[in-house]
Amino acid sequence: MVCESWKAKLDTYLDGELPDEEMRSFDAHVRSCQSCSADALARVQMKRAIQVAGRRFVPGAEFRKKIQQSVVRKPQRSFRLGWMFAATAAVVLVVGMLTSAYLGTRPGRDQVFSEIADLHVATLASSSPVDVISTDRHTVKPWFQGKIPFAFNLPELQNSEFSLVGGRMTYLDQTPGAHLIYDVRKHHISVFVFQERSLPTRLDDHSLSPRKLPFNMQTWSQGGLRYFVIGDASASDIDSLAKLFKAAS
Amino acid sequence: MPHFERLYNFACWLTHDRQEAEDLVQETYAKALKGFSSFRPGTNFRAWIYKILRNTFLTSRTGLQATSTVPLDFEGEEEVLPAVKETPESILLRRSDGQLVQQALEQLPVIYREVLLLCEVEEMSYQEISTVLAIPMGTVMSRLSRARKSLGEGLRQEFQKG
Repeated sequence: MVCESWKAKLDTYLDGELPDEEMRSFDAHVRSCQSCSADALARVQMKRAIQVAGRRFVPGAEFRKKIQQSVVRKPQRSFRLGWMFAATAAVVLVVGMLTSAYLGTRPGRDQVFSEIADLHVATLASSSPVDVISTDRHTVKPWFQGKIPFAFNLPELQNSEFSLVGGRMTYLDQTPGAHLIYDVRKHHISVFVFQERSLPTRLDDHSLSPRKLPFNMQTWSQGGLRYFVIGDASASDIDSLAKLFKAAS
Repeated sequence: MPHFERLYNFACWLTHDRQEAEDLVQETYAKALKGFSSFRPGTNFRAWIYKILRNTFLTSRTGLQATSTVPLDFEGEEEVLPAVKETPESILLRRSDGQLVQQALEQLPVIYREVLLLCEVEEMSYQEISTVLAIPMGTVMSRLSRARKSLGEGLRQEFQKG
């Protein structure tokens, strides 16, 4: 019954529109409540489906040209008025270039991060999260041979707090990759490895949290491979595991 | 041009007609350029230009027809949806049947379609949506909730047909 009051605000939470404090309480509740986390996952999938279905119509080249011409060629009643139109058009074009450059990278980047977060959550919710169960990197690494079109190194975990749970194949935008799961103090952390050139968008190398989702994440590119480390563990744990991978690669 | 591709996509969803969408986008840019002095620097340019497009649509013949019969927004308590693990929506989504989602979106009344597109596709905040649609934040939230529910019902009907 308690969950009903949470569920009434679930969409607002997933839209990232609750006050900060309430967002944090919600994060904690969703992590501990199986019913709410399953509901949240279903709603995130629905949001994603609407987003994909909604990006449907693309303007033709001719129409683009027509608009560009109509924006630039305004009737010039006088030199002064014409100058004002030209200046306004220039401002609009500059703003346009800046905003489209920003918007051009942002949705692609955000979408990749959201998909990584979804893969992480969906895997942990599964009854069999890994296909190869082993704490031994020398067992897990060879398991990927012939399954993914690249090779990568797994770090030595002796003297660290991390333990390897296992691995599985995964796909991001139809690109095959490796998904490894590590544990640290009861937190599960996912490490994803993909070929950089196969990914749909260029990504920056810095730590960040996916928009509207309560995880810490770090991503970087090394040796032509793109790594993502994600989990609800602290940012320093994510960073430590990322460093171990960087040292091993 | 600012937001050109996204404005065109949004216009197509509103009008259901590519030619009308082109006219709508063209008129939007013409009005934006003409009224650029009314844009206050520091305010949200995106919300401003979407508002122009949406207002232009509402005064078009298609817009008037589309909004002549619209569902009412009730501001009362929203019904809490039960936690069901497997719903027709989740089965459809798992099948990745994007076409069915597109059909369900097309069949939504325009006031539900536009608020869902602004939230999910344009990723606007409630505040931005409130500006574009000229409605209070509370109405944005209740309308979004009803739109989502209505889309779910649409998907459920598609599922029963299949």
